[in-house]
Amino acid sequence: MMFRYRNEVLAKERLEKLKDLNLNLRLMHVCGTHQDTLVKFGLNSMLKEAGIEVRPGPGCPVCVTTAKEIEEAIILARKGKVVATFGDMFRVPGERLSLADVRAEGFDVRMVYSITDCISIAEKTNKEVVFFSIGFETTAPTTASVILTRPKNFSILSAHRLIPPAMEALIKMGEMKIDGFINPGHVSTIIGERAYEFISKRYKIPQVIAGFEPLDVLIGVYMLAMQIIRGETRVENEYKRVVKPEGNEKAQHTLGEVFEPTECSWRGFPAISDSGLKLRGEFEEYDARKRYEDELSTVDIDYKEPEGCRCGKILRGLVYPDECPLFGKVCTPQHPVGACMVSREGSCNITFRYGER
Amino acid sequence: MCLAIPAKVVEISKGKEGTRAKAKADFGGVSRESDISLVDAKIDDYVIVHAGFAIEIMDEHEAKETLELWRELLE
Repeated sequence: MMFRYRNEVLAKERLEKLKDLNLNLRLMHVCGTHQDTLVKFGLNSMLKEAGIEVRPGPGCPVCVTTAKEIEEAIILARKGKVVATFGDMFRVPGERLSLADVRAEGFDVRMVYSITDCISIAEKTNKEVVFFSIGFETTAPTTASVILTRPKNFSILSAHRLIPPAMEALIKMGEMKIDGFINPGHVSTIIGERAYEFISKRYKIPQVIAGFEPLDVLIGVYMLAMQIIRGETRVENEYKRVVKPEGNEKAQHTLGEVFEPTECSWRGFPAISDSGLKLRGEFEEYDARKRYEDELSTVDIDYKEPEGCRCGKILRGLVYPDECPLFGKVCTPQHPVGACMVSREGSCNITFRYGER
Repeated sequence: MCLAIPAKVVEISKGKEGTRAKAKADFGGVSRESDISLVDAKIDDYVIVHAGFAIEIMDEHEAKETLELWRELLE
């Protein structure tokens, strides 16, 4: 079925239409997987010829995790806990070292595909297991669902974040005019169309939820262009085969039962209110920050990005990876300096791999 | 990170009471256990799987509609 979503003739025809419209637009997406599709299939350069620029925003959960959160995970590993996290997080440097470095020191850091793998680890050991839980609304319900089963010798270091508050923060910061948002398909799978409506209403910005096939993204851009021509500012859904208007209510319920929104810092951003998730009081015993409060009290860092690193500006969509002086020179996927070069969904990593913006 | 891929539910494990709802899902020839506690999936449903969890059931009618809409755009 996938290949039926990759029709070259239709793609060319839509691009020609967009070229004829000569709109000169700057759009933004907030999803690393969209960035991968845009660069891998050459859509970005084709759209640029049609006068449309699609900038990546803070859509990579690994990249927006702060050095302070990584330092917390490092401390817990060094204090003898088993720390598990997703593969992408493994090599992102904190203040100086990454979890991979700490594993090389001999501490127990594991890479997992799912939080359920982490539970299997906890079942087989007497040691305390901490899941460094990163991810947006797509991933947070999976964490919540496991917490509801009240697993033993297990806790989480929550680095979950919410996308709509970050989109609003970007607009409010006003560093750059954004003509429309391509909204992330799998975050939207959970939160639905309505969760974004306040942005269109409050800031008069059109939004289209899009899937991840090249045609999904291209049609998403086309739908945004049509809204702009008609002077509309609403939330449309291109990815209806997966995203329902109300989202996945069962997942939302699970998420809300376990987590509550809290103020949260994002790499490259000032603290954004209600953009993070912390465990509700009744699940406090699973909150590593509460459980190991004394051990973590030593984390007080005033982190500055490595000299020259532009991750912060890249995450706010202000500069492209190849505009960073470190890109491809001292900062490569083998020896990453900034977070955006580590994750396969980071803009720098994607630009490096495909040789295109 | 938010990558999620479609798979077909081929078997649902009943398990004991209190255990999590799991299913064997076929990812185009490779079968893997997925947690289905966030969706109400049945056998033969196509689900979207992220980090070991089915996060939604794919709507076959909408999938066909999308292809139909795209075909119309070409005409």
